Order: sequence, then C-alpha cells, then structure tokens
Amino acid sequence: MDLLDPLLDPLRSGIDRRALLEVVLLGSICGALGFWVVVERLAYASESLSHGLLPGLVLAALAGAPLLLGAAAGVAVAAAAIAVAARDPRIGPEAATGVVVTGLVGLGALLALSPDSPQRLEELLFGDPLGVSDSDLIAAAVLAGAGGLTLFALHRPLSATAFDAGGAGALGVRPGLVRLALLGLVAAAVAVAVQGLGALLSLALLVAPALAVRRHAPSAGRALVAGAVVGALAGAAGIYLSHHAGTAAGASVAAALCAAAALGAMPWRRPASARSASA
Amino acid sequence: MSAPRVEVDDLAVGYGGAPALTGVSFTAAAGESVCVLGPNGGGKTTLFRALLGELRPLTGTLSVAARPAYLAQTERTRLDFPVNALDVALMGALAGGPWWRPPSRAAREAAEGALERVGLAGRAGVAFGELSGGERRRALLARALVQDSPVLLLDEPLAGVDPASADLLDSVFRSLRDEGRTLLVSTHDVASAARFDAALCLNGRQVAFGAPAEALTRATLEATYGHELIVLRESGAERMITIQHHHEH
Repeated sequence: MDLLDPLLDPLRSGIDRRALLEVVLLGSICGALGFWVVVERLAYASESLSHGLLPGLVLAALAGAPLLLGAAAGVAVAAAAIAVAARDPRIGPEAATGVVVTGLVGLGALLALSPDSPQRLEELLFGDPLGVSDSDLIAAAVLAGAGGLTLFALHRPLSATAFDAGGAGALGVRPGLVRLALLGLVAAAVAVAVQGLGALLSLALLVAPALAVRRHAPSAGRALVAGAVVGALAGAAGIYLSHHAGTAAGASVAAALCAAAALGAMPWRRPASARSASA
Repeated sequence: MSAPRVEVDDLAVGYGGAPALTGVSFTAAAGESVCVLGPNGGGKTTLFRALLGELRPLTGTLSVAARPAYLAQTERTRLDFPVNALDVALMGALAGGPWWRPPSRAAREAAEGALERVGLAGRAGVAFGELSGGERRRALLARALVQDSPVLLLDEPLAGVDPASADLLDSVFRSLRDEGRTLLVSTHDVASAARFDAALCLNGRQVAFGAPAEALTRATLEATYGHELIVLRESGAERMITIQHHHEH
C-alpha cells in the first residue's frame, strides 16, 4: 500500500482529482486532434490563436464573464485580424500573423496590468489546472466528446485530403470545407484548453503528443489513438510531478508533454537492415 | 449507338484571362477509348479539369454521364502520410458511400479486388511512400477503380513508369474498355494512339478529332505539336515522335 501512495496521494485531494480529470480530458482530445494539426502544418496557426486570444481572456476576467466566452471571442477576433492582415501581399501571412499576435498579447498584458484589474495575468498566461471550475470540466468533457465524434466522422475525408487534396476533390470530397472544419475544431480546442494551461502553454497539448507518436504509428487512425493516450498520460504525469515536487501545475503539464515529444522523436528504431533480418 | 457518356460542344475553358483551350467538340460512348494528344500546355489537363467540374466552361457545353474517376498526371501525394496501398485504394469508396462511416465490407472487398487487378495484391500492407513510382501509380489507379465510375480520365498514366508497370496498366485500360467503360487517356506517345478508338488533338484549340487512322495525318500532328514533332524515316516509312518536356505545374 505504501508503494502506491505516490500514485494515490493526489487522488485523495479533491483539487488534484479535478486537475487530473481536466488534463486527461484535454490531453486525450488535443492529443488526437494534434495529429491533424501537425500533418496539415497548423502548429503555427494554433499557437497564434492560443496566444492571440489573450485580450479576450483578460476582458472576460475583468468583466467577471465566463473565461470560455472570452476565449471564444478572442479566438474569433485573432483569426479575423490575422486573415485581414495576411491579405496584404506585401506583408505575407507569416509576418502578418507575427505582428497581429504580438500586438494582441501586448494588448492583453496592458489590460491585465492596469491598476484596477484583478491579479490574474499569471493564471491566464500559464494556466491553473488546480483551480478548474465545474464549468471548465464540463467544457472539457463536451470538447472531448463532441470533438472525438467529429474526428471519427471526418476521418476519411481528412485522410483523403491530407494524402492528396487534388485526388480527394475528384472523389467528391471538398478539401476546402474539410480544412475549414478542422480549423474550427482546432479553434474550439484552443478556446477550451486555455482554461487549463493558459494562453502560452496550451499549444503543448495540441502539438506535443502528436510529435511523440508521429514516427511510430503505421496509420492515421493509430496515430490519433496513440496521441490521445500519450496526451492523457503525459498530462496526468505533469499533475503528479506538480503534486510531489511542488512545481506549478500548468508548467509541469507542459513540461511532461514536451518530454514525451522529445522521447518520441528519439531514434528508437533499429536500423532497417536489422529489422528485416530479424523479421 | 447508345447516348454518349461524354459530350462536349464548342467548349472554351481557362483560368481567368484568355481561354487556355477553345473550340473543343467531341463525343465518347460507352466502351470507347479516346486518346488525347497535344504538347505540354496544349490543354490536355485543362480539358480533364473541365470534365471533372473544377473549371467552368467560358462558352459551349459539356456533359459527363457520372463523376469521372481521375488518375492525375503529376503526383501531389504526401509520401510521409501514414497510409498503405490498401488505404489508398479504399479512398475510392468515398465517391459512392457515406463519408462519415468507416468503409463497408463491400468497399473493402472492392479495394482488395482493385489491388489484385493492378498487381499489388501482395503489397496491400506496404506504406504508400515505400512503393516504387510505378507501384504508386498502380495504387492510385486502384483508387480510381474502386470509385467504379463509367468514365475514367487518365492523364499521362504511363509517363515515367517502369516498363513492367506500363504493360500492366495498359492491359487494365484495355479490360476497362472491354467492360464498357469510357476512357479518355492523354499521352505524348503518338505511336500508341493507333490502339484507341478515337484521337483528340489539342494545341490551345481542337486541331482534330476522329478515328486515329484518319485524324492523325502528318499535317494534323504538325499543327498539334509544332516544333516538338520529329519525323523519322526508316526504310521509306515515316514514324513520328514528339519531344517530351517533363514539367511540374
């Protein structure tokens, strides 16, 4: 029994139980979704959305409105601002995104650091899994359920589009619509994930598990399942680390996720010649 | 003769700006194969994109009996995407069945059958990126076969393919025509055109359409290919070949 104490300890505390549930829900759906984020090269776009929504979060915190509402509005404003700025061909999408996101993060910090605002900037930037509310947990559960169903339903069109967009078009798939649906799902995931990990760290949930499993999964379906498992396990590992080492919970979760990505990226496999010789 | 599967009348299409292809009029019936000849930039792929519904006619009309199956000329497939040959063939079932459900058992059987038909039965589980160039083309043809369309558009299907794969692909095309399907095949290979029921010569406009023996005169081919045409004389007989420029576009 003593041996299991380090594992059971956090479960005896209500706060840590909720934090574990939050990161397992977020880690599983974002870990699966992350496969498509990486394949469709949306990591920079996702990072931009998660950072650019900061003013929305701050305004919601100032107004006492639900943070999810602020995050959703912030994502919409950030996406629209990036789209407008990127239309200028002299700027180009990367520079436009960089400037808009920096401007939005600056605006968010400005709002949050004004004298009469509540001292929550740190929480909004780095997340506070230990402070998740009931509504945060419900949002994460809805995202995990609805997002999982969407990924299941869109799996074949997403695969056909990612593999060969032109050929998918000839099969009657609408690649533009499929990618738009994916972007919508990413935006929703970002808006919910910032409740747990904050504007700066939530990208780790979306990208790290996918990078951890990418080189090891033989099919898209398995990569999604493996990403979900890695996301949930690494997220939980972060909460345990935080509990036992007394480190900040959000940062510990992000560190555990990135450690998983680094482990997965290592050259684990034996050389091809050794594989075929033993096969 | 039954109603044409593909009917094009005075078609002009383009990409905004001047039309890339004008004055195209031809028909193709069930069980007919049409060879589409022309230089690079002559409008072969543009015609296929119009038949696929990706380009709207600027003038004229076109009608195709069903959504055509398409084998693209340039490979734009992602070789790093984790799919095997069977997965690729199964994608063809997206054209017919509900896209939100996993493929049916019938679709799976069709995909296995298509792989067998293109000689990849033993390679079903191999990652697409690890197949040879010719095998990849055959896997993409299997995807088109699973689509089970009465009309197939094959854009330079034999270009850059190893001889063994080319022979196999050619025999599949013949059997598809024998099944009563309509095939439009673009090619640079003037000599192979004689094996088709009809030849369509394009060079920004329609130069000729008709039975190969009548349509492919030296004058027609010169108007089609211009400087890309080389005439060889071997013991009195003329043989015409074209210079091929491989390009990505």
